[in-house]
Amino acid sequence: MNPRLSLLLIGLAGLAVAFAPLPVQPIAPQERTFEIDARQYAYSPSELQVNHGDTVTIQLVSTDVVHGLYIDGYDISVEADPGQTASLTFIANKSGSFRFRCNVTCGAMHPFMIGKLNVGIDNWLYRSIGLATLAIFGTVISMRQKA
Amino acid sequence: MAKIELTRSPFIKNALKSRYPQLAVFIIMLVGYIFAILAGLIGTPVGSHNFSIVFVWIAWWAVLILVAVPFFGRGWCAVCPIPLPGEWLQRGAILSPPGKRPKWLNLRVPKMFRNIWMQNISFLLLALFSSVLLTTPNITGIVLAAMLFAAIGLSTIFERCAFCRYLCPVGGFIGLYSQTAPIELRIKDKQVCVQCEGKPCYNGSELGYGCPWDVFPGGLSKNTYCGLCMECIRTCPHDNIAVNLRPFSADLAKPSTRIDEAFKAFIMLGSAMIYAGVLLGPWGAFKDAAYNVGTSAWFMYVIIFLAIIFGILPGFFTLGILKTKSRLPVKHCFASLATALIPLGLMFWVAFSLSFVLTNASYIVAALSDPLGFGWNLFGTTNTAWQPMLTSILAPGQTLALVGGLIWSARTAQKASSEINISSIPTIVYSFILTLVMFWLLL
Ligand code: SF4
Ligand code: SF4
Ligand code: SF4
Ligand SMILES: [Cu+2]
Repeated sequence: MNPRLSLLLIGLAGLAVAFAPLPVQPIAPQERTFEIDARQYAYSPSELQVNHGDTVTIQLVSTDVVHGLYIDGYDISVEADPGQTASLTFIANKSGSFRFRCNVTCGAMHPFMIGKLNVGIDNWLYRSIGLATLAIFGTVISMRQKA
Repeated sequence: MAKIELTRSPFIKNALKSRYPQLAVFIIMLVGYIFAILAGLIGTPVGSHNFSIVFVWIAWWAVLILVAVPFFGRGWCAVCPIPLPGEWLQRGAILSPPGKRPKWLNLRVPKMFRNIWMQNISFLLLALFSSVLLTTPNITGIVLAAMLFAAIGLSTIFERCAFCRYLCPVGGFIGLYSQTAPIELRIKDKQVCVQCEGKPCYNGSELGYGCPWDVFPGGLSKNTYCGLCMECIRTCPHDNIAVNLRPFSADLAKPSTRIDEAFKAFIMLGSAMIYAGVLLGPWGAFKDAAYNVGTSAWFMYVIIFLAIIFGILPGFFTLGILKTKSRLPVKHCFASLATALIPLGLMFWVAFSLSFVLTNASYIVAALSDPLGFGWNLFGTTNTAWQPMLTSILAPGQTLALVGGLIWSARTAQKASSEINISSIPTIVYSFILTLVMFWLLL
């Protein structure tokens, strides 16, 4: 195939990989409750997996100082005093991987107190792997073209 | 693509030739730097409210890694305040041309140190203590002060700016990545230099100082060791120095053969990956280990850190090289092909820094109003709440940076390997695998 044409095709494939909407599997929404322990400077568990559409309740328990939990992308948060439980409920209506982080200054490593919420599959992880693979193909093809 | 000579514009040329614009920026920078030291030492111990942490590790870092290095190469070094007091002391002058006699000892740096291993080590030392450094204002203040005093001390012993050239931990990686920038300082005509008497650009003249970075501008072929101090523009009597706009990463077309530079590439690449995992990952145990300096967990962290940088990453890379048949020594192939890791590493840092900077940028607004954390409210923004910014573009932005870095490094690998006539495939596969790891850590 004409190398220019194949590069064009790769470019189009790249756009598709980056922007095409992913099919959401129709899984019946569930209610899920997680209890998360917060301590300086980690959450436990630090990774949550839910499905798109689930109603998620997080019960945040702080074991030392005041900690918070703020979910990137959803822009919602909750704060827990030492020894207390605070609760946050939301509907996981955005897919992908979201960091949650402490939003109450709790000590030195506070800015790095981070966990991960996965809603459905990690959209960007798979898209980026697809894009990287296409990119390598494109580069090798353009190398052939010159050779 | 052709080069565009920026210094052809009389405005740019005069601005670079005159000492005053640079001096004005220098003074602002120096004041800011000294303020950062003081803030670190006397300000609040709460990092996120202290000028030294917020301005050095969020604001300055963001500008450096996202703008200055990718677009201006060593542009930061052109305005960096760290070597200034030492240079002034060494010259016995701030603005006037140099005296006849060298001040102080003016020794030449011993040959065994004339490479970037000291910079590699100084960067690694900071890297191993980085969790404490990034979060504790005191430590940041002390490190900033130590750099200033080291620069002053070295300039009383050695000629030119030995600190910048051989020791500065920041200068080491700026130099490495400055090769990718679309800006360069070069001579216009080699022949003019050959016939030039006295080589004032290197030796100094009544117009200015000899190159503080100990390079002969006539021989410059890459950005790594030119600090863009602009002295040679001032001293060259033949108007033979130009600042050019050029294609990105033009320097990488000629791969380096130096092992110290190759390892700098691995150090930077590995550090970006380790930071992405330790600082931005969900694993609390790593953070504890990195933060609790002196404990056995920390020593494990140090060992793993060094093993990744000096063992695992270069090890697999070498295995890849051994698969390609070449008559050249492995060392030579290693150094040349490591050139391909320079754009990759830069984009790893960009992707890492994006999330770090965007989630913490709101601290800048608060710290501006109350830089020492004493409860001031200079601009009425002290109580600005922490708020991560642009989190929705973070994942696409990081993907773009990482995929872009991969393409860039694959193309660099092709050029480097055609230079030495071996296959680029192992290097490309290696870059691809590291990029996947980075996706997994960041996305
Ligand atoms: S090498 Fe270091 S001290 Fe020297 S100008 Fe660059 S950043 Fe500043
Ligand atoms: S002073 Fe100018 S002409 Fe002379 S060697 Fe240096 S750059 Fe070349
Ligand atoms: S004198 Fe010229 S070559 Fe030397 S560091 Fe300054 S700008 Fe670069
Ligand atoms: Cu916390």
